[in-house]
Amino acid sequence: MSRLMPLFVFLALCGLFGFGIWWNTQHDQHEIVSPLIDKPAPDFLLPELGQPMSMVGKASLLGKPYFLNVFGSWCIECVHEHPVLSGEVKSLGLRLVGLNYKDEPSDAMNWLREHGNPFDLVITDRDGRAGIDFGVYGAPETFLIDGKGVIRYKHVGPITPEVVDREFRPALAALSKEGG
Amino acid sequence: MIFMLLLPLLSIAQAIQPLPFRDHAEELRFQHLSAELRCPMCQNETLADSNAPIAHDLRRQIFEMMQAGRSDAEIKAYLVDRYSDFVLYKPPVEPKTWLLWFGPLIVLALGGLVVAIQVRRRARQNPVGNMPANDTEDDW
Repeated sequence: MSRLMPLFVFLALCGLFGFGIWWNTQHDQHEIVSPLIDKPAPDFLLPELGQPMSMVGKASLLGKPYFLNVFGSWCIECVHEHPVLSGEVKSLGLRLVGLNYKDEPSDAMNWLREHGNPFDLVITDRDGRAGIDFGVYGAPETFLIDGKGVIRYKHVGPITPEVVDREFRPALAALSKEGG
Repeated sequence: MIFMLLLPLLSIAQAIQPLPFRDHAEELRFQHLSAELRCPMCQNETLADSNAPIAHDLRRQIFEMMQAGRSDAEIKAYLVDRYSDFVLYKPPVEPKTWLLWFGPLIVLALGGLVVAIQVRRRARQNPVGNMPANDTEDDW
């Protein structure tokens, strides 16, 4: 019996490490779960893209829920998610607000001209300070903010049609259930 | 040749813009603090080491908060509020992290227990002065 002990220990270790590998494949190693979920969105006051004199604040977006999509003309993945944004996400019927993150306004406007503009409104965060308040660490990132200005959901990385079905729709269903 | 070797160093020096520290003590405090914080983008680099844009922005933020007279704890809390405990290389001790903090101690204690039991059992099997002549068999 005690001769078999090393074997048991070895098998237990195999189980432990195997669990570790399985666990890591189940979770996106790159994603940080935002501590801002179900908390009020941070206050911001940012100029509109192309109209630097027009400032948009958190207060002016209250009332109806909206998606806040963090993008930049420098962001490669943003090109990949762009068709999904103008297609599947747009068809969900919510306002789509773009947060142009750490970008030159002229580059951003060219980018939107080239690829098409799915946004109802684009605000600019040139130095990335508003991004820090939102816990943004790269683009693209997408927030769902409800009519009361509370962050309800966040997606890190490019949006795919699967993400829309698996995550966006349930998040929206939860919103409309409480009449938000 | 020597120039070629120095080239990478040069690019690093250019990439990390110097911050206007008031004195050496402030610079040391900044370096210490940014080495304790993890870059959210690059996963396994400190804010001090990382070249990612977000690390640059967060270093600037830390610097400005230091200039504004905020304490290290306040600066850390500011970052944790936005980026979660992930940014701390030293996670707080709370029920969720007990296993992380005390797990190694438990394993050590279990190992000690196993050794103690083995030693005792052998002592009982082979009382002093009655050692078998041929003890080549290693009994686990």
